[in-house]
Amino acid sequence: MYSRAYKLIVSLPPLLWVGLFLFLPYALMLAHSFWLVRDGFIVHQWNLQNYAKLFQNPVYLTVLLRTMRIAASVTFLSLALGYPLAYYMSFHAGARKDLLYQLVIVPLWVSYLVRGYAWKTILGSEGVVNGFLQYLHVTNEPVSFFLYSPFAVVLMLTHIYTPFVFLPLYASLEHIPRNLIEASQDLGASPRSTFFRVILPLSLPGLLAGATFAFVLSLGDFLAPLLVGGPSSIMIANIVQSLFGTAFDWPLGASISVCILLLTIALLFLTERLEKRCSFR
Amino acid sequence: MFLPMSSATHNARRAPLLGIYVLLVFAFLYLPIVILVLYSFNRDGVGGFPPRHFTSHWYAQLFTDGAIWDSVLNSLLVALGAVVLSLTLGLFAAMALDRADFPGKSIFRRLVLLPLILPGIITGLSLLMFAVLAGLQLSLLTVFLGHGTALISVATTELFAGLQKMDRAQEEASLDLGGTPWQTFWRITLPNLKLSLVAAGLLIFTLSMDEIAVTFFLIGRDNTLPLEIWARLRRGITPEINAISTLVFAVSVILILIWYQIRTRSIGKEVHELLERP
Repeated sequence: MYSRAYKLIVSLPPLLWVGLFLFLPYALMLAHSFWLVRDGFIVHQWNLQNYAKLFQNPVYLTVLLRTMRIAASVTFLSLALGYPLAYYMSFHAGARKDLLYQLVIVPLWVSYLVRGYAWKTILGSEGVVNGFLQYLHVTNEPVSFFLYSPFAVVLMLTHIYTPFVFLPLYASLEHIPRNLIEASQDLGASPRSTFFRVILPLSLPGLLAGATFAFVLSLGDFLAPLLVGGPSSIMIANIVQSLFGTAFDWPLGASISVCILLLTIALLFLTERLEKRCSFR
Repeated sequence: MFLPMSSATHNARRAPLLGIYVLLVFAFLYLPIVILVLYSFNRDGVGGFPPRHFTSHWYAQLFTDGAIWDSVLNSLLVALGAVVLSLTLGLFAAMALDRADFPGKSIFRRLVLLPLILPGIITGLSLLMFAVLAGLQLSLLTVFLGHGTALISVATTELFAGLQKMDRAQEEASLDLGGTPWQTFWRITLPNLKLSLVAAGLLIFTLSMDEIAVTFFLIGRDNTLPLEIWARLRRGITPEINAISTLVFAVSVILILIWYQIRTRSIGKEVHELLERP
């Protein structure tokens, strides 16, 4: 129905733009990861040294593992908070459903930075929690381990990603036909086995989508460790950031970025497969 | 679609423990926001308990703080520019994905969505490398290009969903009755997409106003609001930051309320639908 010229006119501008401003930059990232820095200049000499460095120096692996541990904790906690929330709203909230839904969304739109900042003021040694503990005379000295620890990073990121995990979960719970649940109950299944054998499997697509999202975005986060974490909670993206900044080794930083990118794509691929297997359509 | 609740389902509605748990989750979600707003009125600064001595001093100080308002203006400029750029290109991209076939279409679709799925640092650094290669000086212009390009993903997703829901027959009728493709676009396609355009525009605007990971690497001398806040956080915390954050929060909530009036579909679901297509 649409003419050739029409198709060409609508396709060409986005193709050119995306090619120039997205494809080329990502390709540059890949190219840099095979280049070198010599005497403070980037030398376009193709080699695998950067990747070799990543495997030889244990620091990178340690930090990557820590990052994955933090991301996994965030994912687990966001699910632990988000799933019951979505479940309650889908099955028990009744008429208050829409209001509660909006209430979950609102914190999502408070600036990321501002929420991190708020946690800093809550957890700090001069902060609200310490003030509260001293007010109740639980402690006389400020407790300092709240802030500048992996715990603070996990807390902040969990706060940020819980609504993101909630959204797809809630959508998938809402899509479960209610007569399936009634059938399960009528056939004598206990609420427990109805949950584990009907509701949980049917909500897996939403669960996977939310979990992937929380994990991937936590994996690439560099602001939370700078805001509320300390040296003990440096994450992989912080190394990238410093390599692109003061340490000035773009090629090495690019090789880490490429690893993060590959990890992300592998994860997305995996969950897509898993989801196809889980879905009953 | 839903059957009326049977007695069995009705019994399941009473779940006091779950209710308490959900209350605690809400408390967790709202604690930082409540603290933020509360301490913006606290004379003795951020921290300590309980907050005492109500004051609007920090707001007064905020209104005379030129640097903050400059950064707000910068953010507004960048966000408005990003809305125009990404909506324009997103509209083309959505129409191309909906109507045209070209080699590499599925790669193109994934590439467009990549900035939405990848951690911001990767997109930010890639664009930084591109800016250096192209000899662009880092400034608000590079930030605008970065936001505009990264957010084509959001525009495309929203507008593609809009195009899919649109009744193709209207366009066919227009073309059959002798309308040129140009007339058909302006008088049929665009008016039909009005809601998607407004929704996408508002979403892109709020995302751009709050963007930090990409901006971090593309910023020149002039700060956007999030980067101005970031710079101040490094120097120490003052209730002035609470005050500006409270104001930004209030404005965001108003924008979101408008957005929700327009539509309630989640972007996540649409991204998913677009990715799932063969």
